[in-house]
Amino acid sequence: MLAPFALCGCSGVQSALDPAGDESAIVANLFWVMVIGGAFIWIGVIGTLLFAISRRERPVSDAGAGRLILWGGAVFPSVTLLFLLAFALWLMPGLRPFATPADASMTVEVTGKQFWWQVAYRLPDGSRVAAANEVRLPVGKRVEFALESDDVIHSFWIPALGGKMDMIPGRRNRLSLLATKAGTFRAPCAEYCGTSHALMAFSAVAMEPSDFDAWLAAQAEPAAGVSGEGREAFLRNGCGACHRVDGTEANATIGPDLSHVGSRKTIGAGILPNTEAAIASFIANPGAIKPDAKMPAFGALPAAEIDAMAAWLKGLE
Amino acid sequence: MIRLLPREVESLWTLFTAPIVWALHFLICYVGAAIYCAKPGLLGLDFAAVRLGIGIVTALALALILLSTLLAWRQWGFGTYDPPHDDATAHSRRRFQGFATLLLSGLSFVAVIFVALPAVFLTECLR
Repeated sequence: MLAPFALCGCSGVQSALDPAGDESAIVANLFWVMVIGGAFIWIGVIGTLLFAISRRERPVSDAGAGRLILWGGAVFPSVTLLFLLAFALWLMPGLRPFATPADASMTVEVTGKQFWWQVAYRLPDGSRVAAANEVRLPVGKRVEFALESDDVIHSFWIPALGGKMDMIPGRRNRLSLLATKAGTFRAPCAEYCGTSHALMAFSAVAMEPSDFDAWLAAQAEPAAGVSGEGREAFLRNGCGACHRVDGTEANATIGPDLSHVGSRKTIGAGILPNTEAAIASFIANPGAIKPDAKMPAFGALPAAEIDAMAAWLKGLE
Repeated sequence: MIRLLPREVESLWTLFTAPIVWALHFLICYVGAAIYCAKPGLLGLDFAAVRLGIGIVTALALALILLSTLLAWRQWGFGTYDPPHDDATAHSRRRFQGFATLLLSGLSFVAVIFVALPAVFLTECLR
C-alpha cells in the first residue's frame, strides 16, 4: 500500500533517481546497487534469525557457533564492505570530474544570497551575462560552476543533474555538471540558511546547444519590452537602487537582476508561478511570500501602479 | 621472529600495538593528503608521489600489524586452548590477553586497508 508513495520519489523535476545528467546517473546507479545489495543482506539476516528461532530446541555446538560468528560476523561483513567501498571509490572520479577550464564550455558563477541566487555566465570570449534564480545549460557540454556565498552557507543542488556542493562565504567552490537530457528541473537550497530557506530554489533548464546559444545571445541584449509602459513607475519608485534591468538606468546588484525576468520559470526564486498577478503580489508584500526577504513592501503604492510595473516586468522576456 | 619477545611478557602494552599502528597510519594518510591538497607546491611533488607514499606507509603498517598478530597468536598458545579464558590464573589471563590482541590485530589490519583504499582510485584532489 505504501509502494505508490515510496515510488513518487523516483521521478519528477527534483529527483536524483530520475537522472538527466552524467553525475546523477552514477549516484542513482550507486543507490540501486546499495538498496538491492542491502535487501539481500536483510533477507539473509532475517532468514538466519528465523532459522535460529525454529531450532532453539537443538542448539549448535560451541565450535559451530564460533565458526558462524567468525565467517558470518567478521569475514563476510569485512569482505562485503571492502567491495562496497571499492565500488563507491571507483565511481568517485566520475562523480567529481576534474574539469580544467579548457574542458568546460563556459563557467557559470552562482552566488547564494538570502534567499535567492545571483547567476552570471562567463563565456570563453571573456564576456559576462547576468541573470538570477535560473540556470540554463546546454545538453552534452560540460559546464563548470563557480559557487560562492555573500552571507551564510547555502548549498547548490540540482538533484536531476548531480550531487550537491556547499556555497561558503569567502570560498569559491567548484562543481562541474554534464546534462545528458533536455528538461526543466527544480533545484532547492540544500543547506539551512535562514527563515526562508525552504522558499529558496531555482529552476535548472537543460537545452539543446543551438537553443541554448540563441537564448544566451538574447540574454546578453536588453529585453524587447524594456521601453514599455510601467518602466517609469519602476524607476520612479527606486527599484533601480537594488535591481538591474538591462537597457535602463537601473543597474544595482543588491537584488536579483530583472533584465529578462518575464521569461523565467518562476518568481521569487522558485516560489510563485511567473504571472503578472504573482509579480504584483510580490511587489506589494515580499515578506508575506518570503519571510525575512530584504526587499521592502511597496503595498502603499496605488494598485494601478503596482499592476503597471508587474505587467512591464512580465513583458521583459 | 617468534622468539623476538620473551614468551612470558606481562604487560598490557602489547594489546595496543596494532590499534596504535592503525591510528598513526590513519593520521599520516589523512594529514599528508590534506597538506598536499591545500599546499600542492610545498614539496614539488605530484599526486602520484602522495599515492606512492600512502602505499609505502600502508605496507609498513600492515607488516607491523602482522608482527603483532604473530606475537599475539603465540601468546594465545597457537589456538591450543579455547576461549573464554576466564579462570582466575596467570595462565588464563595470558591466553585471554593473547586472544584479545589477536582480534584487535585482525580489526586493525582490515581498518588499515580500508583507510588506504581511496589512494588506489583517486588520482587528483578537487580544488
